[in-house]
Formats: sequence, structure tokens, C-alpha cells
Amino acid sequence: MAYTQPHSRFSVVSNSSADHVSTSSGPTSTRFSLPTPSINTTATSQQKSATRTTIYDRPLNKTRTSEVSASAFAFLFSEMIQYTQKRVSGIEDLERRLSTLGYRIGTRYLELMTWRNESVSKTPKREIRFLAALMMIHTQLWRAVFGKPADAIEKSVENDDEYMLIDNDPSITRHISIPRDMSSLSCSALTAGIVEAVLDGLGFPARVTAHSVPTDAYPSRTTILVKFQKEVLEREDALK
Amino acid sequence: MAIFGLWVINKAGGLVYQRSFADGLAHLTSNEYLVLAGTLHGIHAITSRLSPTGTSSGAHVIEAETFKMTIFLTATGTKFVLLTSLSDQTADSVLQKIYEAYADAVMKNPFQTPEMPIRSEGFDARISTLIGSGVST
Repeated sequence: MAYTQPHSRFSVVSNSSADHVSTSSGPTSTRFSLPTPSINTTATSQQKSATRTTIYDRPLNKTRTSEVSASAFAFLFSEMIQYTQKRVSGIEDLERRLSTLGYRIGTRYLELMTWRNESVSKTPKREIRFLAALMMIHTQLWRAVFGKPADAIEKSVENDDEYMLIDNDPSITRHISIPRDMSSLSCSALTAGIVEAVLDGLGFPARVTAHSVPTDAYPSRTTILVKFQKEVLEREDALK
Repeated sequence: MAIFGLWVINKAGGLVYQRSFADGLAHLTSNEYLVLAGTLHGIHAITSRLSPTGTSSGAHVIEAETFKMTIFLTATGTKFVLLTSLSDQTADSVLQKIYEAYADAVMKNPFQTPEMPIRSEGFDARISTLIGSGVST
């Protein structure tokens, strides 16, 4: 998924080369439709952005345990769902789009997690067996994103390539009430997208979907179903 | 010491949520509830102009012989009306908690259009735990 970074970020990092600034001013102005700046204004804005610290300058380790307001995220997520709902034709399409949004979060989160692991432990390990990768997602990813490890991890009895991660009370969907005519929708499709991106990044391509499996004790219990592709199981057998 | 009913009225005066708890109020049709809610909205607006001491919000408590009505006006114009028995002293705190439940289960729900009738299981469940089960429309 190509994602063009705004060029203003590069100009903060390298404030030495003047021609870099002038070349980056062009694409910045067309991207954000600002009036074409003269060389004077780019120089002054360059100085201002160099002295003013942005969120990108914060050290990545310091923000490890910082938290985001759940209410703020709930409003953002609610708006994301409403935005997507206006542009889709059905429930599967809505889940797929939420999954895509989650995928983008997951790729970035995998990078961040690996980077942070390197500074924490002396010998950071890269998972090459898929069960270990699932365990890592079950504890580390869930703890990092939601603040607590997932509740259970299960293997499907019917198929060898299906595994399930279970969350009894997913925090992102806590305030969402699905209308009765859309009862098969699970907004945890966002979480499924995050898991899919992490597995893809680690080298275990899979199809990940979210299903709501309410019980009496936990009415909002959700299962993230992971269906690995054939080559993952073949590779696993070869490694045994 | 009983809570008889809860009404939620949007800023235009339309009833968006109505629920009865203990028996004690006459049973009305949903159309009658709508009419009463609109009337209450108008009365609330008029009483805010009647204050002899300058600016005031509308009526806060309306007491009758067998029940009293506590009205909580939010900053956005939504009214939460709690119908309780005369001896009930907890109406204000209950209304605050109902407002919290509203902010959580209704406002953060992407399937809820603002100012439209509330059809949310989450809100119903939270009101049930707060007050007790009842019959809602």
C-alpha cells in the first residue's frame, strides 16, 4: 500500500541543504493547495519548523506506556464507521474496509513493536513458527494496543489452518450497538485488520476475520478467526 | 421511593426515548407520549421566560399530587425527564448517571443518528442496570 509521506517531514530532518528545501516546497504546496511560497517564506517556515518540536520528534520509547483517551477513540471510531458506511454496498464490504483501515494501523504497529523490543531486551527474537507468532500477538500486541492480553487462543478442531483469538470485551466496540438488521456485522474487523497486518509483516500470510460470539456472561465476546494460507503450514511442516 | 419513568426529549421537542419502570403511571399510547413530550418542551421554554429575577433555565422540578417530574437540561438542549414518586430524593443523581450512559451508549454509537429515536441495546442495558427493568417503546 503506497503512502506518500508529506515532504515537510524531510525538511525538518535535513535542515542543511538549501536545494532540498526548495525542491520540497513544490510538492508540499500542490499537495496541500497552499499558494506557491516564495523562497523567503520557505526559509522562515523552515526555521520555524526546525525549532518547534512536533509529535514526530518525541522519542519512541517514552511514549510506550502513554495512553489515549478511550472516549476520544470511541468518537473517532464511530466517525470512521459512519464514513465507511456511506460508501459501501453491504456488510461484507463494510467489514473489508474496516479491515483495510486496521491493516494500515497494523503495519505501523509491527514496526514500532519490533523497534521497541530491540531496545528492551538484549537478544530480541524474531518469530519463525506461526504458533509463537500467534502467542506474541495474543500477549504483546494486545497488551500494547488494548492494555490487556487477549482472553484466549484456540485451535479449530475442523481445520488445521484455523486458529482463534478470543476477546471477551473488546474495548473499541464497547459503546457500539449493532442494529438488528445488521447482526452479522462485527466492528472488530478493525482489530482483525491489525492482526492480519502483523502476521503478514512477520511472514505468515493469512485471512483474518472477526466474528461476534456472544455468551451469557460476555454479550460482546468476539473471536478473531485466523486462517493461514497453505504455504505457512507447508513451511511449518518442513521446519519440523 | 420509586422511579416511574424516563423520557428523553431532543432539542426540537421530539421524544426520542421513553421507558416506564414501576407501575404507578397511567398507561398511555405512544402517540400520547409524543404529544406530552412536545407540551413539556413548550412549558419548559415558557418557564425560562417567567423568572422574575432575570435569566433562568426552564422548570427543574414539577410536583403533582402523586408524582414529581425532574427535568435535567443539558448544554445541547436535550432534556432528560425522570418521573418519580414524591418522596424520592435521588432524582438528580440518577439523572446524572443517565446522562453519562447516554453520552456513552448513544453518542458513541455509529448507528445512532443524533436527534432521532434511540434504538440502542447498549443504552437499554445500562438504564436497566441503573434503574431496573421496565417496558420501553
